[in-house]
Amino acid sequence: AAMELPPGLSAASRAAALAAGYICYRRGGPGRGLALRALRRACAEDIDGVGRKYHLELELEDVLDKDSTVNCTAEVLYHLGNKNIAPDVQFTLERELKNADEADNVFYNRIKSLEKELVAENIPDNHGNVSPEMEPIHLLAWVASGYVIWQNSTENTKFQLAQIKHVKQVKRSDEYLEFDYKILLHEMLTQEIIPWQMTVLWHPQHGVEVTRDSRQTKEAPE
Amino acid sequence: LQLDFWLAPRGLGHPVDVRVPFPSLQPLKAHLEANGVSYSIMIEDVQELLDQEQMEMFRGRSQMPVTTNTFNYASYHTLDEIYNFMDLLVAENPNLVSKLEIGRSTENRPLYVLKFSKGGMNRPAIWIDTGIHSREWVTQASGVWFAKQIVLDHENDAGLASILDKMDIFLEIVTNPDGFVFTQTQNRMWRKTRSRQSGSVCIGVDPNRNWDAGFGGPGASGNPCSETYHGPYANSEPEVKAIVDFVKSHGNIKAFVSIHSYSQLLLYPYGYTRTPVPDQKELHEISAKAVAALSSLYGTNYKYGSIITTIYQASGGTIDWTYNQGIKYSFTFELRDTGRYGFLLPAKQIVPTAQETWLALKVIMLHARDHLN
Repeated sequence: AAMELPPGLSAASRAAALAAGYICYRRGGPGRGLALRALRRACAEDIDGVGRKYHLELELEDVLDKDSTVNCTAEVLYHLGNKNIAPDVQFTLERELKNADEADNVFYNRIKSLEKELVAENIPDNHGNVSPEMEPIHLLAWVASGYVIWQNSTENTKFQLAQIKHVKQVKRSDEYLEFDYKILLHEMLTQEIIPWQMTVLWHPQHGVEVTRDSRQTKEAPE
Repeated sequence: LQLDFWLAPRGLGHPVDVRVPFPSLQPLKAHLEANGVSYSIMIEDVQELLDQEQMEMFRGRSQMPVTTNTFNYASYHTLDEIYNFMDLLVAENPNLVSKLEIGRSTENRPLYVLKFSKGGMNRPAIWIDTGIHSREWVTQASGVWFAKQIVLDHENDAGLASILDKMDIFLEIVTNPDGFVFTQTQNRMWRKTRSRQSGSVCIGVDPNRNWDAGFGGPGASGNPCSETYHGPYANSEPEVKAIVDFVKSHGNIKAFVSIHSYSQLLLYPYGYTRTPVPDQKELHEISAKAVAALSSLYGTNYKYGSIITTIYQASGGTIDWTYNQGIKYSFTFELRDTGRYGFLLPAKQIVPTAQETWLALKVIMLHARDHLN
């Protein structure tokens, strides 16, 4: 049975955050990121023997152009029992997203032409600054973290990317760009800051792929 | 040899000063010694001096401002800079602003509260605190802005003037100074206090789980290593105890607002139980008005509701305790943003955030003023 939930309700907002992260991963890149602008409607449905499914109406915004928004519907199914299976997410965007080819190609060519592999730390810095050259690196992490968040979410978690602690480009012989990120994820319910490693592959025509990721142990408590 | 003469040769018997690039040191020394020319070293390492001077200059540029008019509200500041700001504000406005020390932190830092008052004795009061969770930097920065704004507006803004005619405002800007210093020196993501916990290597208690309201119940952790550790007992943290003592001894606080980030929410009690507060309807209506006022400035979207239904179950929270003390208008804000930058909110968003939040605060304060019995 489905029950309508007021969008302020915490469980629905967690499902919405998860859906937005997943959609961003599937559709985003260094030249385009999506973020959740608003949760318009939500219903929850208990499916016997399977799990709980949320039906969501979301409004997403283009991270680089706040005035550009897109409506979408999404379904998030949290599986009963085995918590090691990522939730199922299906979504439909109301319209096609703006083309990011130009921004993608500028970034791609810039990195390809670097003499030494890119290395950077603390993005944003402690004061929230991201330099223009690092904006695509930041966005790529934002998109890739959508995958990590999707794979590790339950009904009782709400993750956000808190900071890139370290990023290092990995040289490749093929056309792909590869980056090794050490990020911090912020989990809202426990308020924990969780270090995470992710290896991210990207190519303008092939989208973003996280090929390896692992939760890191926290540094020794101070 | 690329010798750089700072005091050029003038003739026999006159000294010569010369800066020598490192690769030329040995050849030059050998030449001078071979020709019996005595020399002494005035500066061992010119680069080192330059580096020091650079540091001095940088520090000089961010030297303490001499008035609150030259203070940069659009950037993040150190604890010293904020404490200095408070003293300046008091000195500039002695008839309106005073500074109280309500206690000391675990590491013995003073806990300061600014009092804004147009007179009277123990008037009904509004309390606002920022920075209880140290990593939520936009809140302390907003607190500084609120302080200045009260001074700027206390006569020409009709709403604020009418509030101060009847009520005092208490503002604690850095509610967790130990944590704040730690975020600046060691770990930008530090949330808790810095108290030692017996039997554990982990440090700190979540000051928003340490209050005596549902203390230790679901919605807080008993693990000292956790970010939501409630502490060994309620009010174990001096930062919390100081406020509890102040509220109890003042006895006339009518509105209590505790400010956090991030999520863009306006919350009222309870967090520790699903039982709605008796004043739920009124608090919900005030929240709707406050959020509408906030949004009117820059279109920033806020959600509102009780803590437990809107965000999560949390026990031992500040406003659950203050509400149970009889302070009906108890609210918590979660300021910008919704996760894009999170705790690392760019400094250029400080002033817009403070401006819009102030509009919501005025709605709450005006309502409290209109309902004094």
